[in-house]
Amino acid sequence: MKRSAAAVLTAALLSVPLVLPGYKTSLATEMLIFAALAMSIDILAGYAGRTSLGHGALFGVAAYVVLYHVTVAGGDPWVAALLGIAAATVAATIFAVLAIRASGVYFLLITLALGMIVWGICQRWTSVTGGENGLRGAVRPAAVAGPAAFYYFVLAATALMAFGMWRFVHSPFGLTLRGIRASESRMRSLGYDVSLHLFVGFVVSGFFAGAAGVLYAFFNSFASPATVALAQSVEGLLMVIVGGVGTLVGGLVGSVAIITLQNFVSYHTERWSLVLGLVFIVTMIFAPEGLVGRARILLARHAARVREP
Amino acid sequence: MRRRAFLKTAGTGLLALSSPVRRALAAGEPIRIGLLSPLTGVIAAGGRELVDGFNLYWDQVGRKAGGREIEVVVEDDASNPNTALQKARRLVEQRNVHMLVGDILANTGLAVAEYVKGNGVPYFIPVIAADDLTQRKRIPNVVRIAGYSASQSTRPLADYALKNGVRKVVTVSQDYTFGHEQCGGFCQVFTEGGGAVLQQIWHPLNTPDFSPYLPQIQSLNPDAVFAMETGADGSRFTQQWANFGLKDKIRLFTSMNATDQSIIRTLGPEAEGVLSAGHFCEGRDDAANKKFVADYEKAFGKLPSIYAFSHYSGAMWLAQAFDAIGGKVEDRPRFLEAVRKIKLSASPLGREVSLDKYGNPVYDIYIRKVTRRADGKLWNVPVEVYQGVSQFWKYDPEQYMKQPPYSREFQGIKKA
Repeated sequence: MKRSAAAVLTAALLSVPLVLPGYKTSLATEMLIFAALAMSIDILAGYAGRTSLGHGALFGVAAYVVLYHVTVAGGDPWVAALLGIAAATVAATIFAVLAIRASGVYFLLITLALGMIVWGICQRWTSVTGGENGLRGAVRPAAVAGPAAFYYFVLAATALMAFGMWRFVHSPFGLTLRGIRASESRMRSLGYDVSLHLFVGFVVSGFFAGAAGVLYAFFNSFASPATVALAQSVEGLLMVIVGGVGTLVGGLVGSVAIITLQNFVSYHTERWSLVLGLVFIVTMIFAPEGLVGRARILLARHAARVREP
Repeated sequence: MRRRAFLKTAGTGLLALSSPVRRALAAGEPIRIGLLSPLTGVIAAGGRELVDGFNLYWDQVGRKAGGREIEVVVEDDASNPNTALQKARRLVEQRNVHMLVGDILANTGLAVAEYVKGNGVPYFIPVIAADDLTQRKRIPNVVRIAGYSASQSTRPLADYALKNGVRKVVTVSQDYTFGHEQCGGFCQVFTEGGGAVLQQIWHPLNTPDFSPYLPQIQSLNPDAVFAMETGADGSRFTQQWANFGLKDKIRLFTSMNATDQSIIRTLGPEAEGVLSAGHFCEGRDDAANKKFVADYEKAFGKLPSIYAFSHYSGAMWLAQAFDAIGGKVEDRPRFLEAVRKIKLSASPLGREVSLDKYGNPVYDIYIRKVTRRADGKLWNVPVEVYQGVSQFWKYDPEQYMKQPPYSREFQGIKKA
């Protein structure tokens, strides 16, 4: 059952540029990139119980570095990709040092504030970031310039990242994160260094957010304060919540659901944000565990019913 | 299903390749214009007027030009450059529009410009004012029909101020590229003409309170203040300027956005008498202009703003280009050539208007004063006109473009 579902999903993902050429391929590319961002947020939100509102900033930092390195400094895009990920990881390290001691709403607020600082820097440091206008220029590596080639590149990169994140959260280390979510004091009394574990979790999560940001820079050839703004972090988090917190694959489901909705609804009405808001509310009422979480519950019920005579 | 989709795509592709078929299709198919506008977000009110102005013209000509139907596909850019990009992609790749028009905020326009740079889709920008789009970083298929570059209109204003005895100014401006450029144009001409800039105040967008700045200005004792403000900052500044009692003490010159209809229609006596410079002047006594203002007022119950005006004139410009090439917009080089060659007359812009060879219009700039109309509504009326002002003012274009673009650091200020 699970295997056939995975096979169908793989086939569907691989056939996108053939079945849906043009705009829809670029939309699918965007979905994959945001899925990677959402999954990176889920590492913290779903497994360590720390909801971050600063991941949009980490994502954006990587995008800015890629654009700066290629368009202003005239560097190589692949080197830029490494620098972008490194920059996001460094930023995540700083974020982590300041934020991991807090939990709950305080963690949320600290990451929000840190994200706003990054936004402020991008907005005001005009000579480097281009201020409000941002940075732009063709940064996509020549090898993956075409829309289909780029889609497959993003698909491969996202799959690799998803596998990495899955391994990470299911490793013994990932289990300690889940332990921290369940009971911080118990983990501490068992002898685990909770702060250190959260720190590593945050940095790893920031690393993946940065990798997603690099893909986004290649995709859009553009970075502006809107790329690092709070709205970006919130969007990533909403994708996780809609898809299902603590499931990883929920990030992909949420990203597909939200980007599809945005595009489909705005096609019909300019009040699309209103419709989107209603959809979120309905999801929260009827499927507070997210789409993936809900589906799992329904499947489990179904399985139980089948087992019973 | 998949095979059918493939056959369909392949078939369309083959059809598109054979030009006779394409020409046959062209005759029956409408010209599709993708209009990007911020219908949500910080500048949503302006976005609505943009769409209204653009559609008003097409409605007046029966949605036909160059022998073809005109179809306008509107998309909301949400005042966000990333959304603007996504919507531009959709318009081009899914809705198959022949061209893109619109956007208000510079960052959204620049993002879309970068996108069309790669695929050659014509993109027309009646409001996006970033200087370099028609100067140092020109893109051949991005044309500023009926638009203006940021520093174009503030230079005549500086000249006017000098001629009226102003020697010392303080500038107040929003701290972003559009502000840097408008302020730079003013400061360069003003200081080259012998004036002095005492101080430049840069404040963030959406400054709720100007009271920290106003006493500072007063203590510097300038002859006049140049204020570059758009959106809500514009009305707040004008109100607080009057509330602090500076209105009758220090002369106030502003950028055209600060006294645009979108701002002054909500203001009272505090706005009266403020001077600004712009290529649009809703109170100007000219047949085409009066007709546009009256039509717009009749249709939407208010005086038109710069956004409505620019896109109305932009639509007019496009219609003439469609006529010139018999509606064959598929031939992009010819279409763009036609757009560049248009000499637009009988438009609300005033005298005959054409583009310079960099793709920016040359036209009359009016020094405008906010005055009360007979029915009590505020509007801008001209007090002086500078004829045929180009984006390069009186400088040699090539020479001018060797200086760096205006920024907070470089304002073109000539040291006395």
